[in-house]
Amino acid sequence: MTTPLLQLNGIVKQYPGCLANDHVDLTIDRHQIHALLGENGAGKSTLVKIIYGVVHPDEGSILWQGERVTITSPAHARRLGIGMVFQHFSLFEALTVAENIALGLDNPKDRVNLRDRIIKISASYGLPVDPDRTVHDLSVGERQRIEIVRCLLQNPKLLIMDEPTSVLTPKEAETLFTTLRRLASEGCSILYISHKLEEVRALCEAATIMRAGRVVAQCIPAEKTARELASIMISADLKPAHERRPAPTVGLPRLVLNKLTLRATSEFGTSLKSISLTVSGGEIVGIAGIAGNGQGELMDALSGEILAGKPETVLLDGKPAGHLGPYDRRKLGGCFVPEERNGHGAVTTMSLSENAYLSAHLRGALSKLGVINHRRTNTYAASIIERFDVRTTGPAALAKSLSGGNLQKFLVGREVMLDPAVLVISQPTWGVDAGAALAIHEAIIALAAAGAAVVIISQDLDEIFQLSDRIAVIAAGTLSEPVPVAEASLERIGLLMGGSHTASEAPAHV
Amino acid sequence: MDIVINLLVSVMAASTPLLLAATGELVVEKVAVLNLGVEGMMLMGAIAGFAVAHETGSLPLALLAAIFAGMALSLLFAFLTLTLQANQTATGLALTIFGRGFSALVGAGYVGISAPTLPHIHIPVLSDIPVLGQILFSYDPLIYLALALLAFVAWFLSKTHAGLIMRAIGDQHDAAHVLGYKVIRIRYLAVLFGGAMAGLAGAYMSLAYTPLWAQDMIAGRGWVALALVTFAAWRPFWLLIGAWLFGAMMYLSLYVQGLGVPVPSAFLSAVPYIGTVVVLVLISRDSRRIRLHRPAMLGRAFQAGN
Repeated sequence: MTTPLLQLNGIVKQYPGCLANDHVDLTIDRHQIHALLGENGAGKSTLVKIIYGVVHPDEGSILWQGERVTITSPAHARRLGIGMVFQHFSLFEALTVAENIALGLDNPKDRVNLRDRIIKISASYGLPVDPDRTVHDLSVGERQRIEIVRCLLQNPKLLIMDEPTSVLTPKEAETLFTTLRRLASEGCSILYISHKLEEVRALCEAATIMRAGRVVAQCIPAEKTARELASIMISADLKPAHERRPAPTVGLPRLVLNKLTLRATSEFGTSLKSISLTVSGGEIVGIAGIAGNGQGELMDALSGEILAGKPETVLLDGKPAGHLGPYDRRKLGGCFVPEERNGHGAVTTMSLSENAYLSAHLRGALSKLGVINHRRTNTYAASIIERFDVRTTGPAALAKSLSGGNLQKFLVGREVMLDPAVLVISQPTWGVDAGAALAIHEAIIALAAAGAAVVIISQDLDEIFQLSDRIAVIAAGTLSEPVPVAEASLERIGLLMGGSHTASEAPAHV
Repeated sequence: MDIVINLLVSVMAASTPLLLAATGELVVEKVAVLNLGVEGMMLMGAIAGFAVAHETGSLPLALLAAIFAGMALSLLFAFLTLTLQANQTATGLALTIFGRGFSALVGAGYVGISAPTLPHIHIPVLSDIPVLGQILFSYDPLIYLALALLAFVAWFLSKTHAGLIMRAIGDQHDAAHVLGYKVIRIRYLAVLFGGAMAGLAGAYMSLAYTPLWAQDMIAGRGWVALALVTFAAWRPFWLLIGAWLFGAMMYLSLYVQGLGVPVPSAFLSAVPYIGTVVVLVLISRDSRRIRLHRPAMLGRAFQAGN
């Protein structure tokens, strides 16, 4: 047997109050696409940061091509031949593609003829990028390609990918898999972190599954079903995916958009063009679309962060709200969960109970004459934590101390607990593990069953199909006519995402 | 003709201290550090340069002393804000207050005495060309140095790899850190460069422009330099325009005062300051462009591992 490319033995990493890695072993062979699975907070990110030299382990050894190494820094990792594509891209928005790539190259020799080499590599691996464009202009998929090209320019032996497909369309993901398979066949091993189990089954030859900082299983993913994998991850047998509800008893319209038009506020934004939509009580409408086609603007227009002008363009429970800001719309029964958790959805430097108070004080009777009732607020925050299984030390924990998935559970829970008339939620389960996603989905369905009108803006088509009664697609700022989920097929939605219902207009920004 | 030559010559002189200080601050802000201590560092440079020139009679030594004085103060700022993570705004203001007080204390014995001043260059033939020689080839060396440094900084930031790293740190310091760049070390170097430039700018005031030592003689030029950086939207070329504008208004206000126009002189003295800022605000009011060029991390502390 040949020596494995990378071998981790007994890696331990202790953070204050949390044992992130508890004697973790991991072996990656050459040519192998190896999956690293686990819930949020299972210790995957820490392990990967150790491999990439960002974090140093307290105990344990790392063998690289059979030799013991101490990886001191990311630059050192790159010199060894380890490249990493981050989940949250480490790109510089104000710089061009070529400048961004140049920053990731340690060896000055690599920077010679950089533009030509970028074009060559991106063409040969089917990763089109234009070296002269500013990153700010680019879609998420394009940004990911930059990171991959940056890694490939250094001829890596191991490429680490942290949830690469969470932001991609099915087609983009397919292209990515082709690239990864080709890389593996050429001798570059890949460590692939994902929540999408079907994807892992199709792509990866081996999997290491982590739970609570420990490796709980190693297996060949293709030999397991997705449900088996998921149950190893969360240690309990998953409840069968919730049955589709019978056709909802549709109530009165609770959210109505009348020809909502909004000019883009920034030069890189998308203008909304005459968007009309009616969502009734008891109904869930999913809005699919490729990132950057107006989802952010639609969310802002719905929540009232940006006013679309005329009062009648947005009706909440029949009341004109187009001229009202977020505070007044919340008073009318609207609840909004924006896509960006840090700094937008949550005040990261405040505690969970303070964050809960901020959105609930309108309706929760958490204050009297302007004085906050701390006991009641804490109880309220604790009830969110309990119901949504938020992994944290308690209501006093700072929002920024939570992992992304856990904070998302808290933020969704915070709004769902308010029993809103209208809930608009963007990317409800982005970066959230299977167990938590299930909890969030169930909460959303229960809310609709109780009579709320729910709008889900998501790039995850599985999620859209799973939850929605009707599906609409946003492309280049235009919303398609919603179709009942029974009549919607993946192909049809995919076509709409490409902008085919706006044939007369410019194609969507992909 | 004479008035035009006078205008140009005095514009060059009045703009140079601003240009030196603003060029330094531009570099500091490009790595996203906001040092409001420019005024204080200029005062320290002014008294250090003047005192050393008076005591030793050596101008090179005086300029070196001014540079070191500015750097010493900026090192204090860097230590407080970058190592100890103190608030940059408050620390910068404290630096200015400290610089004013300390320079006044050290300079108490130097008020009203003289020191050698920077000579104007004389290049045979070239300087003797009528008009053109006067406009182009007969200033003191620091004026040329200021222009050369500005051009160098502009080139360095946009064309070199080191400059690219600096812009990257200003745009997204966490990402730069992940790529393995030494964010804190590079910021230290930039802040020190800013201090050196401010010190030199101060020395220019006390050894060439005034040339005298008087308490508080920088008279707000440090603040104008800071404003120039912002309103030039961090673009070197517009720094130059702004500095010249200030110089021109300075000349005009003196000229008008000389004509004996019945306007309070305090008002006329204020005109260059207000005028420069107003004009710059008007020409750079495109907020989109400011957003595009503004270092996104400006004023934010960086801590590895966050």
